[in-house]
Order: sequence, then structure tokens, then C-alpha cells
Amino acid sequence: MSGNGKSIKPPTLVVLQLTGGNDPLNTIVPYGEGLYYDLRKTVRIAPQEVLPIDARYGFHPAMRAIKPFWDDGKMAIISGVGYPNPNYSHFRSMDIWYTCEQDKIATDGWLGKAVHDIDPKAENVLTAVNFGRGLPRALSLSGVPVASVAQLDTYGLLTSLSSVPQRQSALEVFSCLYDDGWNDQGHTAAGPDSAGPGDEVLRYMGQTGLDAQKGADILRTALGKYQSDVQYPATGLAQSLRGIAQVKFADLGTRVFYTSLFGFDTHATQLPTHAKLWQEVSEAVAAFFADLRAHDEADDVVMLIWSEFGRRVKDNGAGTDHGAGSVAFILGEHVKGGMYGEYPSLKPSDLTLGNLKYTVDFRSTYATLLDQWMHIEPEPIVNGKFEEFAIV
Amino acid sequence: MVVAISPGEVSQLTGVELLAHLYRRAGFGATRDQLEAALSNGYEATLDQLLHPELAPPLEEDLIYRYWPDMKESRQIDPAQSLWVYRMINTQRPLEEKMALFWHQLFATGFAKLNHAKVMTNQVAMLRRNGLSNFRTLLVEISRDPAMIFWLDNHTNTKRVHNENYGRELLELFSMGIGNYTEDDVKNCARAFTGWTLKPTIPAAQPYGRFDWEFEFRSDLHDYGDKTFLGEHGNFDGTDIIDIILRQPPTAQFLATRLYKFFVADVVDQAVVDRLATVATESDYDIRSMLRWLFLSDEFRSEAACYVKVKSPAEHVVGIMRLVEDFTYPRHGIRDIALECRYMGQDVLNPPSVEGWHVGKEWIDTGILVERINFAAGQVGDIDKPGVQKIIGRLRGMGELTPEQLVDACADLLGPLRLNSPTRAALVDFATREGNLLLTPGDRAAEERVGAMLSMIVATREFQLV
Repeated sequence: MSGNGKSIKPPTLVVLQLTGGNDPLNTIVPYGEGLYYDLRKTVRIAPQEVLPIDARYGFHPAMRAIKPFWDDGKMAIISGVGYPNPNYSHFRSMDIWYTCEQDKIATDGWLGKAVHDIDPKAENVLTAVNFGRGLPRALSLSGVPVASVAQLDTYGLLTSLSSVPQRQSALEVFSCLYDDGWNDQGHTAAGPDSAGPGDEVLRYMGQTGLDAQKGADILRTALGKYQSDVQYPATGLAQSLRGIAQVKFADLGTRVFYTSLFGFDTHATQLPTHAKLWQEVSEAVAAFFADLRAHDEADDVVMLIWSEFGRRVKDNGAGTDHGAGSVAFILGEHVKGGMYGEYPSLKPSDLTLGNLKYTVDFRSTYATLLDQWMHIEPEPIVNGKFEEFAIV
Repeated sequence: MVVAISPGEVSQLTGVELLAHLYRRAGFGATRDQLEAALSNGYEATLDQLLHPELAPPLEEDLIYRYWPDMKESRQIDPAQSLWVYRMINTQRPLEEKMALFWHQLFATGFAKLNHAKVMTNQVAMLRRNGLSNFRTLLVEISRDPAMIFWLDNHTNTKRVHNENYGRELLELFSMGIGNYTEDDVKNCARAFTGWTLKPTIPAAQPYGRFDWEFEFRSDLHDYGDKTFLGEHGNFDGTDIIDIILRQPPTAQFLATRLYKFFVADVVDQAVVDRLATVATESDYDIRSMLRWLFLSDEFRSEAACYVKVKSPAEHVVGIMRLVEDFTYPRHGIRDIALECRYMGQDVLNPPSVEGWHVGKEWIDTGILVERINFAAGQVGDIDKPGVQKIIGRLRGMGELTPEQLVDACADLLGPLRLNSPTRAALVDFATREGNLLLTPGDRAAEERVGAMLSMIVATREFQLV
């Protein structure tokens, strides 16, 4: 942990989901293995293009902007991450990652449980903030409020009211609409003899509405306070990470941030698509950490980057189909850089249905982050005891 | 007219308010024009029209597929959801669609595991076809439904290796409820469904490739041994099991409770459920008879049943679209509307688990409330939408409006919505800031004021209820 003498802020986790199934073989490229080129006839990265890690592995060339994390010893690469009996459905596999439940269909998300652990009484409506629309199940748990922000500068209630004075009035009136003083005045929506289940619902909605408004008001202050010389790229992901930095700098007590980048389901035209995606990720993440460092805010941030599965070892001529054995990354100032897990074997006899075998359980990654970084008891969250790495 | 609510007295709904209540519960709401037409037909005739969807024309599917060819065979969830939401918005058989949603919530099957939207669309079509028929038909059909078979692993349930997943959920979640059977009953129930499996409709290289599936009974996998189930002995197969289930009193209670909760209130009135269960038994589980009794009951028609349930996201989104009369033909952008349901926590065709969605106040959290309010406000605040123009037209006919009149008239045309007096006072305060309103033709600024008022009303707590 940070030992440089300045005040230590509570640890913050930023999660970036690469939705669609990122191809691990073209991310950390085993360019020193002949088998890679034997099996990948078309959708492959030539040895001279790879950004080498060592004589065997190297980064995709579009990862130039993120490679300095590795060079500085601040990037853990976890290869072969997955779970037994891999599921090849995006949604089901995501749910398994979200809920840490493989055998039954569960609804409580691992980060929802972590947030509940951090803020059991839900005192801060911004303990977790998702940048995106709709809530990924990872953050879902009954009673845990999470703000889902599509875009920070337009986030709020009644945003369709375009005139400023009208919206101002509307927001003032909104707080009256949701304020609960009036529920005691005798209204029972459910009728007089049912002793007010209707009232309970209205009271709950009242509190929720005020919380939502409070969250929006507080988030707006983040925008006003923010100043930075760091130039973020114009991509959607970069804008989301910039939003995360803005909220982080405003000290609103947010401990878990989440955002997703879609498009990794590269069944066709993989080479240009995958390159573009990794350029977007690398440049956005680099700008984000540059911003954190410029504001002396990087010490308490760790970022997890993951994807729901890998892709088939053999390509299909234009892209790759759903596979297993993914690659995850953990980045941060206090991360002990290195290769973790075991890079899965490409030998045909080691493959299952043409897919890589996982070598490390994704729940080990979660347990490591929860235990060593967030200081949260991991077992009830990941549903069992999983070996941890010494990463942070 | 806004109905003032005074404590201590429960009276019956009447007139437009009663019909609006019926259309919200037995459908997805109605425009004022539709309500006025229904009013001249009367409540019972309107109810019978709803109960007999076959009397109304079906959606023109050819037209849909001409504009949206991808929806015809879609394996992906977004177009399949878009198609269903479009149906809910445009159907002239609202109760048929509402029943499909009811059964989808009860027999909750999810795209997440299937990774194949077409089989979900096929399942919903089955639920739509049989939704008002008979519970026995529905239980038999859902047991033979390929999406359900795969979802609950019944294709791996054979005489050699029993898989109890479907057998257990049939008893626990689909027909009787926990506490009414033993673990031995679960085992024997599962045995009776061995060999109820699926096959692709088109022979494929992979057995469960991305073609539709259909039901297949494999006698070589079926366990023909004697079974004891709920005290009866015999060489039962799945349909025998369903017949035995239907003879159990808890089954009638179960179905009556689920219908009551879906159509009347989240909190059960046991006396009404008991009488509805009797209707179930006496009609041999005829769904139409049960609903007719329920919608004619005093309890359903009571003020106490009005605006007490939290709207599901599908009801909210579809209700708003029907109100503003947009997407009345297949055009670009329907996906964005369908996805709103997902953002609000109801990913149709993809419920979170076999239990379906958690309803009532669990529909609402901070993030979801923001989505609900902003979506609804954005739609009704758009004065160019045909339905909003109709509301403006009606208001224009009323002459100059005081702030009170503006609030009351807008709430009336959005429901009639019942506003609690502090809500009404806050809205009047909002309207008073700009004084009286006179809607002269072509005065967009005045029309925008109506849009803003409608936006505020759909942002209230009352509007989140149905």
C-alpha cells in the first residue's frame, strides 16, 4: 500500500468490461510459438508487428499506449483466466462472471455484494457509479443504490426540459413531489383497511427519488470542480473514464466504478476491428492514469480489465468464434507487474473443442482484489475459497 | 376530472376512470379517444372484447417483416425484443399480449442460457396462442417447449440419468408452490418427463446448432417404470403428472394468487383469491372464465385497487408509447424503445432467473427511477408526437386555463391519474410560475408549456403506479 507518508485515501476499484469476448491470442500474442502461426492462418499478428514482452510473448501493436504500465512494472497480466466447463453464450458467461455462480442462475452481483460490505446502510448513494446505461448484473443487489450515468455532463433528472429556468423550476418542484412529509396526511393508495402497503411503496419511492436527485446534484458538483490539462481521446470509453476521474477527484466517497466497451465479438473482420478496439482501450486507459497522476490521485486506484471469454484457437478465415481461456489485466501504481496464471497450451491435444483450457479461475482474480486491495472478506462474495495472487 | 381521495371510504370506480383502469391492467393503457369509444359500449362489453382477442384483427406481420426482415428469424435478442415491444405497442388485442407477458413472467425462460432468440420468440408465440385458454394446455405446452426444455435441462433427463431441474420447478414455480409435495414427488415427477427432449428443425452438423428446435419424445430415453406421485401410483408420463397436479387444491390457489397479483394488487386479498380458486376448479382451469370473474369483481373495480401496483418497465414503456401514438408503423428506432425496458430492469425474453422478475417496489431503484422519469418525460414533452398533439387539441378546446385547471386537465388526460393533494399542489406551483395558459393555434411556446406540465406529471410517484 501507499507508503509515501501522505494521507491514504480508501482504495478504489475501477472495472472495465470488454464485452463480446476478447481474443487473448491476439492480445498477448505467443509470437514465439510456431503453433500459433500454424493454427492462425489469417487472423494473426506477425512477429515483427508485436510489441515484445520477451522472446515468446508480446502485446498487440495497438496496445502501444498501455504498454508503459508493463514496462514500469504496474501491470499484472493474468493469462488463461476462466472457469471449469466454459459456457460459450455471451450472456450466460457474463452472468457467471457477474455472480460467481456457475451451476445455478443467480441474481446478486459480486460488486453489489462488495458495495454492500463497504456501505451496509446505503448511506452514500454514490458508493458505486456505473458509466453506461442499464446496470450490469455485477453491480446488482437489492438495497444497493448505484448511479448509472450515460454521460456526466448531461446526467440528471428531467433532462428533456430544454429551457434552463423551466428545468430549474422543475427540479425544485421535483423535490416537493418526492418529499415525504405528506404521506402522514392520511392518504392510503391501497385503501383504508389494508394499513398502507401503498403507503410503504410511496414512501420507498419518495426516498429513492430524493436519493436519485441528491446523487445527480452531487455528481454535478464534480463537473464544476474538475480542471485538467490531460487530453483524452474523443472516444466513448475515454469520455467515460474521464467521467470516472471527475467523480473520483470530487471525493464523493465512490469506491467502485464500472464501465464497459462493446464490440469484442469479432467473428468477422477481426484484424481491423480488434486493433481499433485495443487502441481505444489503451489510449483511454493511458489518459485516465495520466490524469490521476497529474492530480496525485493514482495511488488509491486499481483497475481490472476483463472479458467474458476468449476465442477459438483456429481462426475462421476472417475472425474467430467463441472460445475460452480469457486474459485479464490489473493495473495500478501498487500492482506488482508480471505474468500471472499460466499461458494456456496451444497443443491440439491440450485443447477442448478447439479452445484453450483455462488455467486460473476468475474468482482468484476477484478474491485477490477484494482481499488484498479492497480489504473485504472475499469468500462470501466469490462463493468459496480461491487461491489468491500476490499482486497488490 | 381529478378524483380527490378522502381517507376512510372505498368506493367503486365508474365511467372513464373504470375503463382506464381496465385498459391499464388488461392491456397497456388506452388513449382518451379509445376510452370514450369504450365508454359508449359499456364496461362489460369492453371486457368481453378484451377477453376475445380473436374478434380483433391480428397485427400485419407481412408489413413488419417487409420493413424489418431481420426480425423474422432473429437469433439475436435485440431484434426479438424490438419485435415484441412493437407488438405490445400496436396490438389491437391488448389482453392477449398482456397474458403472454403474464405467462412469460410465470414460466420465466431466459435468452442468456439459450443464446437463441428465435426459440424464445416461438415460446412467447405459444404463450400468446394459449394465453387465455386453459391452464392444463399451458402446462402441457410449456413442458414440451424447446426453450423451456433447454433452459431447465430436461434434454439431459433420461431414464439412466435423471435431471430433476424441470420436474422441481414445475412443482415449485409453475403450478403448486413449495411445501405441497415431497422430495420423492420431485423425483417421480422428473422421471415422468424423461425423454421429453428437443431436436433441431433442420438437420445440422451440430445437434443444438442455431436452428429452431422442436419437441421430440424419445421413447428409448423414457422411464416407463411405476411411479408414485402425490399419493397416486401408475406408469405416469408427463401429461399424467400434470393431470394429477391439477387435481390438487394448492394448484388452484397458486394460479389464483398469481393472477390476482398480476392483475389486481401486489398484496393478496385471501378472500378474493379463494373465490377465484373456486372459479378455477369449477371451470376446469379456464383462464378466460377466471379473468372474466376477476375483472367483474367488486374488488377489481374498487378505488382501492386503482394505482396500487408499481408498473413494470414493459407496462411503463409501452403505455407511454401508446399514449403518444408513436411507432404505429414499423420504422427505424424501435430498438431504442425496446432497450428502455432493459435499462429499467426488465430485459424481456431474458428474465434474470427462473423465478422471473422481482416485482412491486423492487422494480424501482435510484438508477431505474431516473431512467423511468427521463424516458417518460422525454416522450410526453415532445409536442410533435401525435398523441401529445391530441392532448393539446383537447386542452385548446377548453379555453384559457388557470394553473389549477391546467394541472387537473393534464392529469385527467394522462390517466385519469389520481394525484395526491400535495403532489397536485406542487404541480400547481410549477404551473403558477408562468400564469394562465391560452393555447392559440400555432403558439409553440404555449404548447411547450403543456409539454413541460405533462413531463412533470409523468415524473410523479403516482405515475409510476398502475
